[in-house]
Amino acid sequence: MARLIHPDRALSTNPLKVSAPLGAAMAYLGIEGAIPLFHGAQGCTAFAMVHMVRHFKEAIPLQTTAMNEVSAILGGGEQIEEAIENLRKRASPQFIGIASTALVETRGEDIAGELREMLARRRDFADTAVVYAATPDFAGGLEEGWARAVEAIVEALVAEGPRRLRQVNLLPGANMTAADIEEIAGLIRAFGLHPVILPDLSLSLDGHLAEDWRGHSLGGTRLADIATMGGSIATLALGEAMRPAAEKLAALGVPAHVFPSVTGLKAVDAFVATLMRLSGAEVPAAVRRDRARLADAMLDAHFHIGGLKVAMGLDPDLGLALGTTLAAMGAELTVVASTASPAVERLPVEEVLIGDLGDLERLARASGARLLLTHAHGRMMAERLHLPHVRAGFPIFDRLGTMDACRTGYRGTRAFLYEIANAVLSHPHRPRPEDFGAARISPEFDHAPPPPQTH
Amino acid sequence: MSEALKQKIQDAFHEPGCATNTAKSEGERRKGCAKQLTPGAAAGGCAFDGAMIALQPITDVAHLVHAPLACWGNGWDNRGSASSGSDLYRRGFTTDLTELDIVMGRGEARLFRAIREVIAQENPAAVFVYATCVTALIGDDIGAVCKAAAERFGRPVIPINVPGYAGSKNLGNKLGVDALVEHVVGTMEPATETACDINILGDFNLSGELWQVKPLLDRLGIRILGSVSGDARYAQVAMMHRARVTMLVCSHAFLGIARKLEDRYGIPWFEGSFYGISDTSDALRTLCRMLVARGAPADLLTRCEALIAEEEARTWAALEPLRPAVAGRRVLLYTGGHKTWSVVSALQELGMEVVGTSMRKATPGDRERVTEIMGTDAHMYENMAPKEMYRMLREARADVLMSGGRSQFVALKARVPWIDVNQEKHEPYAGYMGMVDLVRAIDRSINNPMWAELRDPAPWDRPPEAAPAAPFELAAVPGSKADFEDC
Repeated sequence: MARLIHPDRALSTNPLKVSAPLGAAMAYLGIEGAIPLFHGAQGCTAFAMVHMVRHFKEAIPLQTTAMNEVSAILGGGEQIEEAIENLRKRASPQFIGIASTALVETRGEDIAGELREMLARRRDFADTAVVYAATPDFAGGLEEGWARAVEAIVEALVAEGPRRLRQVNLLPGANMTAADIEEIAGLIRAFGLHPVILPDLSLSLDGHLAEDWRGHSLGGTRLADIATMGGSIATLALGEAMRPAAEKLAALGVPAHVFPSVTGLKAVDAFVATLMRLSGAEVPAAVRRDRARLADAMLDAHFHIGGLKVAMGLDPDLGLALGTTLAAMGAELTVVASTASPAVERLPVEEVLIGDLGDLERLARASGARLLLTHAHGRMMAERLHLPHVRAGFPIFDRLGTMDACRTGYRGTRAFLYEIANAVLSHPHRPRPEDFGAARISPEFDHAPPPPQTH
Repeated sequence: MSEALKQKIQDAFHEPGCATNTAKSEGERRKGCAKQLTPGAAAGGCAFDGAMIALQPITDVAHLVHAPLACWGNGWDNRGSASSGSDLYRRGFTTDLTELDIVMGRGEARLFRAIREVIAQENPAAVFVYATCVTALIGDDIGAVCKAAAERFGRPVIPINVPGYAGSKNLGNKLGVDALVEHVVGTMEPATETACDINILGDFNLSGELWQVKPLLDRLGIRILGSVSGDARYAQVAMMHRARVTMLVCSHAFLGIARKLEDRYGIPWFEGSFYGISDTSDALRTLCRMLVARGAPADLLTRCEALIAEEEARTWAALEPLRPAVAGRRVLLYTGGHKTWSVVSALQELGMEVVGTSMRKATPGDRERVTEIMGTDAHMYENMAPKEMYRMLREARADVLMSGGRSQFVALKARVPWIDVNQEKHEPYAGYMGMVDLVRAIDRSINNPMWAELRDPAPWDRPPEAAPAAPFELAAVPGSKADFEDC
């Protein structure tokens, strides 16, 4: 059980945290035909959009209610109505996901109430599903915003329904890539179960070239499928942040299983054990083989990860998944987390600092870290400290193929262990006499011949 | 095999400085030191490999392998000898003979050209040319080519005649260093001589092991004049004849060169080890005593004793906190021979139990020593087949295997920690500080939480009653807490 340290200071240096509305927007983008809409000032949206464009290398159809001076004082209800009207005209979305920002939440608008009233009045909006999540920037980070959006979707669009005997709900966490989702969905399907994935970035932000231009998400969970989630036999929630959403589904009669992590041998074993029980199916030979291959990878990688000092700056659930996996291989972690969460408390370390990359740099230097594990903004500290830097989390704007990185399941864990070991190996240590306090050899022994005669 | 090479091999097998060798009958001696290899059941390196191991760490030399690609294309860049100077020794130079070269007899011409090219390209202190199976078989006279090239290019070009079929790695060690005595030693003079100049033979500075010991020598004012071959410059080999004492670092294979240095230049030698605390102290003591006998100031002895007392105390103080981490753990030792026994005695002092040690390259004298250290000869064994070792480890009759790279996977596949104590290892374990590093490495390995996870059965192999409680009912209730172990 880790102790959480909240540093006593006013200045945040080199932020680690990503804002909650951005997390909500990302979740909304995993719904088919979706446009996320920030209820706030134009700049909130612009920064978030550029952040996501740099990470995903995709056009991001993020829109804003463009609060102005007058609406900031008198209320933004009309701004929302106007925004929905315009979005419907311009892009015909099936789904509009609203995320509030610090501006409107500070003002204290009753957005949910106004929205209810407005949707009742505007029957012409009926063919667009509109969902609202309260995600003020001043509370939580990426994972919390994402989770609030998923909860809002469940609340608005899922009802009790007839049992679907092979269907399970899969709630991926904010930091899961397209490849992660595909890996876990594949595992579920291997047991003869059918997952409804909410939200599903593997269909929208996996980086595929579409046949036409659309002003909304390029794919994602279908609204029709979301409506059936109340009939699933179980909900598999990935990450502690997804627990409230799973519990909302449990209230509709769907048993919830929360997996703090699906990275690492033990975590995947637990997930597979649940699939065995849910399906009653034989474990497929491919899954058995993948586990045996992971076990062998652990043997090969432990020489490099055992005793490795890792400085880690991540969001809570991602931090727990990767941190637990590395600690299980004998790594020594120094952890800074973006926000406080039960997941952070579960990290196998003495204490976790809730802070920024400035804190991480200071701690990494003090602990003699040999590897940095954080998002792309860690690159400057990696340079200063001469550390290999494995990128994880959001944003990763200085590498391609971010959504192809798989670190979940037996196979993804194997890839992750190799990734870490290879990062260590890419900075080979060449011993020098000084390292041992030995004096240098006298230069008189050095070779200083005349220029070679070759003819 | 050429008559000259045959004679050399016979000479190598006649070693008056070696107790094992002199104890043999004439007939036994002719058969050589190594046991005859068994086709289908041999795994060691060849004579060429042995010569390369012995000589490659000489850093500013271009090591040129006269062979088709396999010998060096498959062999280069695989050892961790560290250099404080040139990195020329790490590069791979070979004549890469083609079929046509062999059929048309163009090997010698190609070698001559290669020597010219490597000198022009790399400006080495010297070129060492290694003959191999094919080039020996087709009769390339590398001695003549080297002589001609040396005259032509004004640079030492040393022939190392070690075709792989001549014998084992051990023989290659001998033939390799023998070439140094024949062609290199005595060809250069140091600018100054001191009464505390020594030669160190048989240490390869793996991962910097020589540097773990060198600070001790630095403090005593002892200078490593000659080295074969850890972090050695060509000039240091050439000046070896001016040293006062030679230390042979636990290696029978290098005994020949030590004896020849004594015969030709009157340099006394002794055999010692830098592995383990007591052996390191003994080696320093002997070294100083012999230096004083050869004219070093007498206070060297008292300074040496003070240094030993200080270092031993410091080392045990550093080891003590590690005792709880390793005490009671059982070690299976599978190494080439005798060099780790001093380590064994230190491990035993830390409460570790040595459950077995291999005696495959040991002499009767070695056996005595093991018996003395372990208190019994019950745990000595000869060769152990991988299958047998796997069974022993899988049945958890040892907690850790310390061995060379070849049995690495026997241990790992049996889910047992493994510590590399052979020449390919990546961590230095020499001297006092090396012992602390070794115990840390053992701690890090045996106490890695990974082993427990790895040995746990897969979800589908668990007996039903051992399966974790289903979190179903619990988690289906909103607001309930299901934790990591539950799911």
